[in-house]
Amino acid sequence: MTNLISAENLTIRRDNKKILDNVSLDIEARDFVTILGPNGGGKSMLLKCLMGFFTPDEGTVKRESTLKIGYVPQKFFSEQTMPISAIQFLQLRKKVTPEELKMIATETKIEGLLHKPLNILSGGEVQRILLARSLIGTPEILVLDEPAQNLDISGQLAFYKLLSEIYEERSLSILMVSHDLHMVMATTKKVVCLFHHVCCSGEPQVVTQDPEFITLFGNDMAEMMAVYQHGHNHSHAH
Amino acid sequence: MDIITPMLTEPFILKGLLAGLIVALVAGIMGCFVVWRRMAYFGDSLAHSALLGVAFGIALGIDLNLSVIILCSFFALLLVWLQRKKLFATDTLLGILAHAALSVGVVTISILEQRIDLQGYLFGDILTVGDDQIWWLVIGGSFILFTLILNWSSLVLMTIDEDLAQAENVSVSRLQILLMFLMTIMIAISIKIVGILLIASMLIIAPAASRQLSRSPEMMAVIASLIGVVSVVAGIYSSFQFDTPSGPTIVAALAVIFVVSFPLSKIFRKVSPV
Repeated sequence: MTNLISAENLTIRRDNKKILDNVSLDIEARDFVTILGPNGGGKSMLLKCLMGFFTPDEGTVKRESTLKIGYVPQKFFSEQTMPISAIQFLQLRKKVTPEELKMIATETKIEGLLHKPLNILSGGEVQRILLARSLIGTPEILVLDEPAQNLDISGQLAFYKLLSEIYEERSLSILMVSHDLHMVMATTKKVVCLFHHVCCSGEPQVVTQDPEFITLFGNDMAEMMAVYQHGHNHSHAH
Repeated sequence: MDIITPMLTEPFILKGLLAGLIVALVAGIMGCFVVWRRMAYFGDSLAHSALLGVAFGIALGIDLNLSVIILCSFFALLLVWLQRKKLFATDTLLGILAHAALSVGVVTISILEQRIDLQGYLFGDILTVGDDQIWWLVIGGSFILFTLILNWSSLVLMTIDEDLAQAENVSVSRLQILLMFLMTIMIAISIKIVGILLIASMLIIAPAASRQLSRSPEMMAVIASLIGVVSVVAGIYSSFQFDTPSGPTIVAALAVIFVVSFPLSKIFRKVSPV
């Protein structure tokens, strides 16, 4: 199977510190990869490197030049001083037909928000607008950087549910940085634990039992994950 | 007392009026980015450093617009470099830069020439606007306008979120530098009309008033320009009527419109609610 994005031995240094240390990662078609790790461990940097914002000091990133990426940024604040409605924001620098816009609006449940000013929308509504924007032009891969960071628990649940619906219905790959592993456990195919280097990677069930995972997140997290997986498998047995 | 007739027949007044209108038109649109990107203090500091540019221009005998553009660009790059060093907070750096440059500028001008009209540079003097200045305004102003319009959607997207813009292939750092360069041109061409000390207010008051009345970025820019144009006409008229310096009179007119924009926006919302 060909890889959409293939990164080999990436190293990035900033002020003599290795932000990324010999990181390799492949994203395949229909992949769902979640990058997990402590803050300041280079997660956002890795995403930006994979999308080509930065050239790594060492290593290579291979990406089809025609690869269509949809990106949902971290920490999005609507600027109060700029009057712009959701629909104007969606159409900014994007060629989108009314039909496609309507379809995406239904898909991301933003039909009622389109004509509202961006700066009065709630955190969850803004995330859905950003998700909608990333879907314009049928991307082959969605890249999301802590998309549910500023949402409350029910907002996070709703957002991840929406994301897994989109993953099921569209033939795309998802690459995401997230702390909310317990919420994406069911859909994530592969977890990559990153703390400057790749500590461990693989299927969620395997990763949570990895000694490196336990060192990084402690026993409590590992046990919590084990409990969750048990419940998850259990429900499938019925 | 008839004041309208001499305003329209005296060539030097007409030139001043034309210059003011060009500045207002361009500043309204440029100013939107200053307000959105929170560059007000940055612009103000650069404008202060322009006096040093004027001093250099006089000393070297080159065109003052050119010397201001060169010196302000140098200061803008110096500032970006210092900001990356992160030794001091940006407002501290801007404060030091602005007032140091202004002071050195005044000292240099005082040493160079005794009879220079310092007040004209600080607060504007439209009576000194000559043909060459009109040319600078037309060429510099159109350059700013066309550059902003050509890059409009990329600039707006980058202002909303830089990472998002970069992910969609906008060259963010190139546009940031471009915007800074446009700012130095804006400063250079508007010194004679509003003065070094008031350029920043010319850039921010009209867009701030326009914000209350607008529903899209484009609408905000157009209304800001219109507000600027009205203020310039009112300001220059009053400046002749009361024999006051042009810059402060124009800015006073802008301030009046800003205050009026609040009750006006309420009426707007009643007529067509969002």
